[in-house]
Amino acid sequence: MENWVVSNIVTAVLLAGFVGAAAAVRSSRIWTDAAKSLWRRRPIAILIVSLYIAVAMLDSILWVGGVDTGEDVVSAHEAKSVIDRIFVGARERSYSAPFADVEFYGRKPLAHPGTHPLGTDLIGRDVVYLALKGVRVALLIGGLTSLIAIPLSLLFGISAGYFGGRVDDFVFFVMSTLASMPGLLLLIALIMAMGRSTLSICIALAVTSWVGFCRIVRGETLKLREQDYVQAARVLGVSEIQIVMRHILPNLAHLVIITFVLTFSGLVLSEAVLAWLGVGVDGSWGQMIDQARSELSRDPVVWWNITAAGLFLFVLLLAVNMVGDAIRDILDPRTLRESS
Amino acid sequence: MLAYVIRRLAYGVLVVFGVLFFLFVLFFWVATPDDIARRALGEKAPAAAIEQWKVNHGYDRALWPWESYDDNMLFSHYRSMLTFDFGRSDADDVPIMEKIIKGAGPSLALTVPMFVMGLGISVMLSLVVAVFRDTYVDRMGVVLCVLGMSVSILLYIVGAQFLIAKLLRWFPISGFDPSPDVVARFLALPILVGLISSIGSNVRFYRTVFLEEVHRDFVRTARAKGCGEARIMVRHVLRNAMIPILTQIVIAIPFLFTGSLVLESFFGIPGLGALTVEAVQGNDFATLRTMVFVGSLLFVVAQVITDVSYSLADPRVRLE
Repeated sequence: MENWVVSNIVTAVLLAGFVGAAAAVRSSRIWTDAAKSLWRRRPIAILIVSLYIAVAMLDSILWVGGVDTGEDVVSAHEAKSVIDRIFVGARERSYSAPFADVEFYGRKPLAHPGTHPLGTDLIGRDVVYLALKGVRVALLIGGLTSLIAIPLSLLFGISAGYFGGRVDDFVFFVMSTLASMPGLLLLIALIMAMGRSTLSICIALAVTSWVGFCRIVRGETLKLREQDYVQAARVLGVSEIQIVMRHILPNLAHLVIITFVLTFSGLVLSEAVLAWLGVGVDGSWGQMIDQARSELSRDPVVWWNITAAGLFLFVLLLAVNMVGDAIRDILDPRTLRESS
Repeated sequence: MLAYVIRRLAYGVLVVFGVLFFLFVLFFWVATPDDIARRALGEKAPAAAIEQWKVNHGYDRALWPWESYDDNMLFSHYRSMLTFDFGRSDADDVPIMEKIIKGAGPSLALTVPMFVMGLGISVMLSLVVAVFRDTYVDRMGVVLCVLGMSVSILLYIVGAQFLIAKLLRWFPISGFDPSPDVVARFLALPILVGLISSIGSNVRFYRTVFLEEVHRDFVRTARAKGCGEARIMVRHVLRNAMIPILTQIVIAIPFLFTGSLVLESFFGIPGLGALTVEAVQGNDFATLRTMVFVGSLLFVVAQVITDVSYSLADPRVRLE
């Protein structure tokens, strides 16, 4: 199957997931209350995060054809997202400053004077467009990594905490082995060994980030196992799998949400460092910042590229961090404080 | 007591063996010697050249002991790492040990002052924030921390190099000179950037540590018997918060040796971090896996020392 078809399917599944999650929140009193109080506390941050998600979604819906790219025959046969289509004609030849009418070096007139709010880059692409493309990459890194890391830590953490004994020893050993390797070095080593692709970068980030969450899950499961209702269920002859599904897993749900939001910003920041090392994901803000380093030593300085990437990155992380803090305060004031 | 120490040591050795196995799987099995040779020589290198490269760098033997018990790479990997005979770099054939010894100095010159200053500043700031808990000072402090945490370290570096070094010309943009009278000029900017970029998360961490203690009964008792706020903070809160702070210090020490990847290579400091970055960019797998091993070995040693000294100080630890 072609890449763009996969992207459309994933987008549809994600949309369905959002709707499903909203329905689940509505059907339970506790979650509805939590969602309401979150909205009361951080309306602006939530709106910003939603805006980013919307941009990423618009950038993931792709189809072929329907645009006039002039003489560019190759590009006409590529699948384009909604964002691509909005910016399809906004190409220049080289650098231009924000809202400029002429090129930055050489002063030749632009094809679209005054239409680039953040200027254009070395090969004339609109910087707003590039920054918007980075939204999808950032959310993909955070999302895909969590999608790998969270089930992994739940599986290992619950089995270690619930069954104890040999299983616990094994999981604990794996965790201490991974935790003893310096984080960034391990990350780089994994990417170097697996080769550089979006998926392998996400797997590497997942391997380095699941240990912390697994430790929290294990500790919480140890506590839950001794709860009266779990003991009662065991006495009544409920199978182990059912106890885990009915009594342990739902009680870990809040931890999953909190960890997901709080680790998200760390993941995006790590990718920026990886991009600068040359092992990042294509089209990320980290790569834009990396490229902009040489632009700052030009004369006169090209400042809008790095400003745009930095601003988009900063606003997203700030909003996510604010939402994350609020979620933690609402859902769980204690457990994660102690362990972080 | 002795039994605990022996058990703890044995577990440390086990973890080191685990790390070595992980590295072996990663660098000999996931990335096969053929991959490594091809990365070094280019995708289109002829098969003969790849074979020759593998022979030169010792990658031409059997992988696992069951293929060849006497001459396999798993055993020789363990043997060379555990005897600190790291061999030569895949990229330029310089002995890796030599590179590490040369890089440790500049790395420590950067990380030690950075760590000490960072610790002092963060602890002081978070004490202030903890004194003013539940007021606007506290809330402002937390917001500032989150703001600081949301900026990528790359932006701090580029911003500082541009603003302080290029426009204001206070310090050189990058470079390093180990002679004692000028070394501070080269280190000032990276240390400043390192401090600013880490202060947000540090203050937030120590604030929660202090707030934990502030609500304890003995603090209330101290206040009830008429202690001043300053005395309470230093004598009762800070002292009791020393355990998590000390743990943080001991865990950070091994990473002082491995240096800072980002800061060192941005500011041209020839330390172990820059060495690692060079290894990444030059596809030097031998150096990279040695650096990971050295980092985790130091970490395990530091952890064993912490645990043993805890058990000396607090007999309850031994019972677990």
